[in-house]
Amino acid sequence: MKEQFLAFVKKEWFHIWRDKKTLFILFGLPIVQIFIFGFALTNEIKNSRIAIVDLSRDASSQSLIQRIEASRYFDIEEQLSGADQADAAFKRGLIKLVVVIPENFGENIKHQNKVQVQIIADASDPNTGTTLTNYIQAITGDFQNDINEGKKLPYTIIPEIRMLYNPQLKGAYNFVPGVMAMVLMLVCTLMTSIAIVREKETGTMEVLLVSPLQPVLVILAKSTPYLLLSAINIASILLLSVFVLGLPITGSIVLLVLLSLLFTVTSLSLGMLISSITASQQTAMLISLMGLFLPTLMLSGFMFPIENMPPPLQFMSNLVPAKWYYYIVKAVMIKGVGISIIWKEVVVLLVMTIAYLTLSIKKYNIRLATT
Amino acid sequence: MRSLRFLLQKEFRQIFRNPAILRMMFIMPVIQLIILPQVADYEIRNVNITVIDQDHSTYSREMIRKITSSGSFLLSGYHDNYKAALEDVEHDRSDIILEIPAGFERTLVRENEAKLFVAVNAINGMRANLGAAYLNTILRDYNQEVRTQWIRFPKFDEIPRVEVMPRNWYNLHMNYKLFMVPGILVVLLTMIGAFLTALNIVKEKEVGTIEQINVTPIRKHHFILGKLIPFWVMGMIVLTLGLIISRIFYGIIPVGNIGLIYLFASVFLLAVLGLGLLISTIAQTQQQAMLIAFFLMMIFILMGGLYTSIDSMPKWAQVVTWFNPVTYFIEVMRMVVLKGSGLNDIARHLGIIGIFAVVLNGWAVMSYRKRT
Repeated sequence: MKEQFLAFVKKEWFHIWRDKKTLFILFGLPIVQIFIFGFALTNEIKNSRIAIVDLSRDASSQSLIQRIEASRYFDIEEQLSGADQADAAFKRGLIKLVVVIPENFGENIKHQNKVQVQIIADASDPNTGTTLTNYIQAITGDFQNDINEGKKLPYTIIPEIRMLYNPQLKGAYNFVPGVMAMVLMLVCTLMTSIAIVREKETGTMEVLLVSPLQPVLVILAKSTPYLLLSAINIASILLLSVFVLGLPITGSIVLLVLLSLLFTVTSLSLGMLISSITASQQTAMLISLMGLFLPTLMLSGFMFPIENMPPPLQFMSNLVPAKWYYYIVKAVMIKGVGISIIWKEVVVLLVMTIAYLTLSIKKYNIRLATT
Repeated sequence: MRSLRFLLQKEFRQIFRNPAILRMMFIMPVIQLIILPQVADYEIRNVNITVIDQDHSTYSREMIRKITSSGSFLLSGYHDNYKAALEDVEHDRSDIILEIPAGFERTLVRENEAKLFVAVNAINGMRANLGAAYLNTILRDYNQEVRTQWIRFPKFDEIPRVEVMPRNWYNLHMNYKLFMVPGILVVLLTMIGAFLTALNIVKEKEVGTIEQINVTPIRKHHFILGKLIPFWVMGMIVLTLGLIISRIFYGIIPVGNIGLIYLFASVFLLAVLGLGLLISTIAQTQQQAMLIAFFLMMIFILMGGLYTSIDSMPKWAQVVTWFNPVTYFIEVMRMVVLKGSGLNDIARHLGIIGIFAVVLNGWAVMSYRKRT
């Protein structure tokens, strides 16, 4: 049995190895994606283009505008002559916010002790709108403090803030684990999702069915070469994260690699399941891409906080394997914690794997029974 | 022309004969459009905070009360040492640790200054920043109260104040769904268009039927049109379904002219179908086509401005987004649906997407010819 199994693995391996173009894509794809997304994605909002309406044009208004311009959050795109032009500017889609400084700004600061700055945010993107409004508020706060300089306040509470795990607040710390989870899951699922269905389509399935190898072994043999390929992908992703993106591996690297392998096995089994329930390669691939892409992206927790989701969707997010792996990578790689903290997540992945495999073997068996 | 009509008949029949593909085309996007926007909420509320109170004074208790009653924080733990508090963070039960050192109240009163220690889980930089900012605001207010308590006369009004009057246009209630639904619809449309065309043609290659077509007197451009038109029609139907769902489930009625959306979508679909075509001429197997499509789609979607801001990306990445058709459509959707932008406002986008359509289809046709 063992020999047959190995022979089968070998056959599958050669099958994959012969197709250099696919191999090239399989290895290149995760590398390019981790590289691009690791650098490009960030939750932070900066360099936002805004417009200024300065009705005052005095030293104070100029100094406030300079402050806004100097912050890394804003780039002043244009000066408008009145707030009535804001609508047209927003509709052209070039700016996100308009700051309106009223007439006699400097004058009023000196004599009336109170001035107002109006902010009009393009709230069609609520997240950006709120964040930018907060930034402007912080900047005017500083501006106000400057005016009041020299008045030392008694009874001052000084909070000393320390940023744990990611002192420079790099976007990559959040996005790399997320992208790792996505890329590994989708690539692995895609790879195996056509493994069985291709045999059905090309008619070689009959040969498989009459072969003396047990269904469970057929499925394992088909997954094994992909597991080897995935190991290479995991290695390249981790190397890239550490040496190019500057992420630490704070925890045990052995644990991280082992759990990454576990996660690929989960994804490969999911692919196998898809493969055994579909009738054509096209359907299989569409399910694994159209069906899994957005749900994985949106429900795994790395884009949107899971605790904000409505309860039924929070429940659904538990069915997304990437959610559990994302948590594991954050914990082991960045926080540096051990198995004692993440064992629950590991158990969930194990259960999922077993469930997927059992179901695909069952499906396979049904075919066997009816033919 | 007659041969084109027969080709179209064949293609439509093939599509309608396969229920799995039909489901994938119509039902899957509809379900995703109904479910997924519910998830899209970046707003950070309920930051979990763990408190270490070593002072046990009136002030420390009052401060903790202020924090927990602010509405932004949930007290997730109350410990007397840092190690226990850090464990909360490690288990992801807590986002922020606030440590009030022993003798806090005494120091504040006697020395006019006292320190607090705050540790923030910063893996998600944005959440960390905001959580710390919330906490700072509460502490500042509390500080102000302490001061007025000690300094009886309210002299503070005499400090010049700069007030900020924020207004939110186009989305008064700051509804995330208004923002996400049109974007997700674009993504779904892109996936259907690119994946289906890519797979459809490469499949003919794989099973060998493309050879048959190549030896018949069918013109190349008829063949291509025969492939494009059905999927273009399907795409427009999916768009219509999507707009209906946006209306029924989310109450989204475009402020601008809906015709503009259809105008843009019709050109956009050509571009996306051209891309699918191009992929299928490059790929030899369905697997390859799918991997390439997946690769491009992931870049298109993650860098389309739907999830993260394009302005915040490094310059080179912004250049990458210029070549992302999805970016333009998402922008146009939001402009027309939410702000009511007109044809003049979207003319540039339309022009660019038109160039995409011409280049991608031209390229696809050329590399298709070379092969045969």
